Amino acid sequence: MNTKILKYILFELLRNKFIILYSLILMVMSFSIIYIGQDSSKAVITILNLILFIVPLICLIFGTIHFYNSKEFIQFLLTQPVNRKSIFRAEYLGLSISLSLGFLIGVGIPVMFYGFLLSGMYLVLTGIILTFIFTAIAFLSSVINKDKVKGIGLSIIIWLYLTIIFDGLVFLIIYFFNDYPIDKFIIILTSLNPIDLGRILMLLQVDISALMGFTGATFQKFFGSFIGMAISAVFMLLWIFLPLAVSLRMFKRTNF
Amino acid sequence: MIFKLHYIVFTFIIFIIPGPVLCKDIIVCPDCEIRSVKEAISQSANGDRIIIKKGIYTENNLSIDKEIEITGEDFPVIDLEFKYQGFIIKSNNVKISGLEIRNISVNYMTDLSAIKVENSENCVIENNVITDTFFALYLANSDGCLIKNNKISCRAMSESSSGNGIHLWKCNNITIEYNETTGHRDGIYFEFVKKTTITANYSHNNLRYGLHFMFSDSNVYRENTFRENGAGVAVMYTRNIEMTDNKFEDNWGPASYGLLLKDISRSLIKRNLFYKNTTGIYMEGCEQIQVEENEFKSNGWATRILGNCMNNKFTGNNFVSNTFDVSSNSSRSENIYSGNYWDKYDGYDLDRNGTGDVSYRPVSLYSMIVDKVPESIILLRSFIVELIDATEKAMPVLIPETLIDDNPKMKMIEYD
Amino acid sequence: MIEIKELKMSYGKSRALNGINLSLEKGQVVALMGPNGSGKSTLLKSILGLVIPQKGKIFVNETDIANNYLYRTNIGYMPQIANYPENLKVKELFNIIRDIRNGSKEKDEELLEKFRIFEIYDKYFGQLSGGYKQRVTASIAFLFDPDILILDEPTASLDPLSTEIMKSKIIDSKNENKLIIISSHIISEMEELADRIVYLLEGSIRLNMNIKDIKNGSGERLGKAIARVLQSN
Repeated sequence: MNTKILKYILFELLRNKFIILYSLILMVMSFSIIYIGQDSSKAVITILNLILFIVPLICLIFGTIHFYNSKEFIQFLLTQPVNRKSIFRAEYLGLSISLSLGFLIGVGIPVMFYGFLLSGMYLVLTGIILTFIFTAIAFLSSVINKDKVKGIGLSIIIWLYLTIIFDGLVFLIIYFFNDYPIDKFIIILTSLNPIDLGRILMLLQVDISALMGFTGATFQKFFGSFIGMAISAVFMLLWIFLPLAVSLRMFKRTNF
Repeated sequence: MIFKLHYIVFTFIIFIIPGPVLCKDIIVCPDCEIRSVKEAISQSANGDRIIIKKGIYTENNLSIDKEIEITGEDFPVIDLEFKYQGFIIKSNNVKISGLEIRNISVNYMTDLSAIKVENSENCVIENNVITDTFFALYLANSDGCLIKNNKISCRAMSESSSGNGIHLWKCNNITIEYNETTGHRDGIYFEFVKKTTITANYSHNNLRYGLHFMFSDSNVYRENTFRENGAGVAVMYTRNIEMTDNKFEDNWGPASYGLLLKDISRSLIKRNLFYKNTTGIYMEGCEQIQVEENEFKSNGWATRILGNCMNNKFTGNNFVSNTFDVSSNSSRSENIYSGNYWDKYDGYDLDRNGTGDVSYRPVSLYSMIVDKVPESIILLRSFIVELIDATEKAMPVLIPETLIDDNPKMKMIEYD
Repeated sequence: MIEIKELKMSYGKSRALNGINLSLEKGQVVALMGPNGSGKSTLLKSILGLVIPQKGKIFVNETDIANNYLYRTNIGYMPQIANYPENLKVKELFNIIRDIRNGSKEKDEELLEKFRIFEIYDKYFGQLSGGYKQRVTASIAFLFDPDILILDEPTASLDPLSTEIMKSKIIDSKNENKLIIISSHIISEMEELADRIVYLLEGSIRLNMNIKDIKNGSGERLGKAIARVLQSN
């Protein structure tokens, strides 16, 4: 039953002009980056920067707006004999899957077309995981705020925080405490930010030579090891499931 | 009858051996009359040739003090059984070829080796296979030798219990070509070696350096490949080196360099490929080095030039896909960068002459930060770093004023 | 059929429902009336489970609706304004509802035919006018032949013809012994349709009487009669 609601929500979203546009823009950008860049790994890096910047932003803003726009439809569905959890799950999966598909087509096709293989696979995987994470966060900020403008505002603040402010703070910590053995602390700290996690996992692909440098090796040893990979994956999954669990809890108590 | 024949042969030999003009072949094989190499050497005279047939010979300490040639057919095995060392060449004009020498003993007091050449001239060591070595080829105080096409391998576990593949000490005019050396402490090691040519060797997976030399002026290195060595290639305290068309690849690690140059002067580094090294070229206390037409690709740091380097010139190089192109620990630079291709360059070329109209600063602020605070490497490619670099680019205050390429190329430079 | 006991609900500081007790039996049309903000829609939404009251209980067919959703199988609901995703086809909405109500009672497609929904089956909601959307909503409310119908301003955005179809459908349903709850501002319409008026004011029921008793044979218009009764209370 759930999968059928999901199916139609997915159908609906895949016809959404914005998602088609998102996919097209990503595709145009990826193709032009690959076309202009003479070297494949440079192209991968540029696309990575694009992904780390755009994917969270789009997922947060579009996710929040979509949630508010769907409120009446969600309300209508809730008057049917169906529980709230099913509707919530269908809405979340519908949105994150359709955004992921948009991303997959927009970035995956250009990357595969030029045969970037492993680093390209990581790139696409990173983008999709980030999509799932930031759609979950978008739902959380929509459920927290009844008011649409406040919800979008909160989403933008979260995006600013995770994209710029967080790294700025990490940078300051590194700069002022580099006399102390802070390597492990930094590893833990960066694991707390999904964008950083995605970025570091990509670095292991494209900047491995630099990471093998003196201090980088500590990070490489951790994130490159099986345990490090597993921990990163767990943190990524937590970034999906924690916001979802909290927002589902709140969604169940929401008065429409 | 049989007895008679033997007698005749014996008399024949007796009369021939002392003959200084007549050279002869001595055959050694497991079923022959002469079954050991040692015996053959002792029976040989200047100009003789010892032919060793296929088989396994367990021998040791084969001292050669005559001008003879020793050659193997179908790679006979000289097994040293980890007891001591192999051939010790003490006379001139000795040639050793076609042998498989294995199982050299590890000794902490003496540099035991498969073939040692001491105080001799014009030796030839060719087409040998040497496995499980301590040292493989060891030349000391020798001149004019040719070392060619040997395959040398070892499975060294630690630096202290391992020797070097090709080890030269106080030698001149040696030619080393087409050898492969792997699994030693240093693949090729020189100390006080002059006027030597090293061509087309393949030195890989050595514990420390693929090539290591000190105080070895006026040598030429061409078309060699140094790959996956523990610390890359290190050269120190030397003048007049010519390094062309070599490949430095996959030297990864905290203290690993494609090419480490320490106190090197008046040298040429041209048309080499530096690919996937943690650091492509590391320079410390270097002067007047021409770095021309090299390709730096996918390195962590393409070049790290310390502040005590002066008057070095980087021209016509390609810098592609490196995490950092140039890094330095100093805010001054007295080296010249001109006419290189930098893939990070985003200037324009209005007059379409192939050279960018605005100059390029290859040192990024972030690379200087990483140099001071290595932990900040974790923020590589983050938005904050892009922001820092963009700000510095717009308003340069911290990066060296003089470190600048006035003629950055718009396209990758093609070499013919 | 519907039994509401001591229902209390407030949003933040403002009270929406102030201890409602109400019992509604089948075979009648109940008009839920009152000014804006009187708690009408909170009451309806509580019955539908859209609003979770802080206190009190609601029983639908003797079942406590707290933490239950299957009871809604017996309810057809028509919101005042229905908004559907732009890129959803009418047909797909029907499929969703059918899938959700998998194994429900026999279908009542009368409205579907009378409103000529089949003609717009392949259209997207983004292409439909408000009136058409409302007709779709009405058809869905009646489609599964539920025992209880909750209609929020059912005729607000319908054209006169559709309004008449709707009215006769409501009367038919009453004759089929169903309970129909209508929230409406249009008193004349309620006079025509309803058997009972429940009047809410500031979260409390101020009046709950059969129309006959309100009028009390006086022959005045319903509006006036209600005003008189409210004043005398």
